[in-house]
Amino acid sequence: MHALMVIRTYLKLGVLNVVQYRANFLFDLLSVGVYLTTSLLSLAVIFGQTQTLRGWTRDQLIALVGIQILVGGLNGLVIRPSMQQLMENIRLGTLDFMLTKPADSQLLASVQQVNIGSIAEVVVGLAVILTALARLGTEVGADGALLFLVMLVAGATIVYCFLLALSTCAFWFVRIQNILVIFQATFNEAGRWPITIYPGWLRATLTFLIPVAFAVTVPAESLTGRLTTLTTLATLALALGFVAASRWFWRVGLRHYTGASA
Amino acid sequence: MATLPVAEQPVAEFERLSLSALLEFYGAKFRTELALQFAYRGALAIWLLSLVSQPLISLVVWTTVAETNGGSAGGFTAGEYAAYFVILMVVNQLTFSWHMWEFEWRVRTGFFSPVLLRPLHPVHNDIIENLTFKALTLVALLPIAVTLGFAFDARFAPSLADVVAFGPALVLAMALRFLVEWTVALAAFWMTRTMAVNQVFGVLSFFLSGLIAPLALFPAPVQVAAAILPFRWSVAFPVELAQGQLSGVEILLGLLAQVIWIVLAVVLLRLVWRHGVRRYSAVGA
Repeated sequence: MHALMVIRTYLKLGVLNVVQYRANFLFDLLSVGVYLTTSLLSLAVIFGQTQTLRGWTRDQLIALVGIQILVGGLNGLVIRPSMQQLMENIRLGTLDFMLTKPADSQLLASVQQVNIGSIAEVVVGLAVILTALARLGTEVGADGALLFLVMLVAGATIVYCFLLALSTCAFWFVRIQNILVIFQATFNEAGRWPITIYPGWLRATLTFLIPVAFAVTVPAESLTGRLTTLTTLATLALALGFVAASRWFWRVGLRHYTGASA
Repeated sequence: MATLPVAEQPVAEFERLSLSALLEFYGAKFRTELALQFAYRGALAIWLLSLVSQPLISLVVWTTVAETNGGSAGGFTAGEYAAYFVILMVVNQLTFSWHMWEFEWRVRTGFFSPVLLRPLHPVHNDIIENLTFKALTLVALLPIAVTLGFAFDARFAPSLADVVAFGPALVLAMALRFLVEWTVALAAFWMTRTMAVNQVFGVLSFFLSGLIAPLALFPAPVQVAAAILPFRWSVAFPVELAQGQLSGVEILLGLLAQVIWIVLAVVLLRLVWRHGVRRYSAVGA
């Protein structure tokens, strides 16, 4: 299949591009270490004062932190660096080169950059999830694991579409690279806690929280046995809706692209 | 003078500028900086969002903790937590600086080369940039903080003395946090990658400045560390003061600690700057 071949080639090139800078990997590892320490210390301070947080125990929240690091890592591998590059290309007009290539532009834009360092996050995230599950003593059967995986993929898809839509705004506003920084900050800060602790009006105001909810809280709910059938179906429907909407928005944005000479 | 290579620039030259010339520079630079930053309103709004969201998330977490435990936890009621973090939001915005994250780029790209040729210490430029950012974002942040205070039913009762002392404590905290972070930023003269230093400093600051939780909730050794280091005095102290948590003696001692740390920070900044700038090799210039 043509699209798959394009993805494979691009990812291979991307990997070759970044393995030149091996020392960076150590810094990425340090970053995840610092982040994990902050999260665990925050939990320690909070659970020094209470036994549960809106029904979540400390170990359940550790599992949630693991999921957050994992999802952040998955996005950081290809999606986030590619979106950053995409905004840069739109600003500089170098998107021209991508549009002239005989493949789908959204696909090319989404896989153009790879950041291997995020593997550190993926590994640490998985380790934290497994540790938390061991401490919780939860038996996750084959169907439970499958449900978790499906929810994880749905969540990651929603985050991808959301980031694509944010980046697409660059066709109109040009200088908005900060928006990805802010999304990342919200994801790191707000994603540490189950979305259910935020009051409803706040969830509605901070739209950034919506993808965080589906990417982190819903998979965590599936692991800790609090996922309802309704939430499962809503998540899947929303993922599909996001895919269609972001695709449509990308096409609209592309029509507003003014090119290199502008 | 301007033809000398950067390394041979006499650093002490900076101090010969008269106060009136410095004030004139501040006035003119402030006006241009205001226009410049206002031109990028979108970027300002985005930074504002992150200055609001972080304390807001802590606020939500801690009021939830208090409510789960029947109204109070660790000696604070839900309303007192709300007050702490709403005041913190304002104090954090007013003491916030970002130069730590810019210095690596400044050294790497040779940004300092033309700056060092000017007869004025570069710190003045950053002070004005910083104050302009704070003035512009405060206009939007204050109404947000007040609204959140009402929405979460913030409870605090400062005495008249607290209100009077809050002004100086806040200004000293602004000066202290800026000076300390600017000095830490100078690490970029010795290292090509300052990410590690910045991140470790960031985590220390996150816990010891009282950004994640009121310092009273931490174990005693952590509280002592926060009080010996500049962290408590650069953020948490004015917040505790405005909340009415502190006695008269504690307030006076706090102000004294702030002054002592500011003097130390100025000495340290000049020392580190003097050594650091000699290592600057103007890469990319």
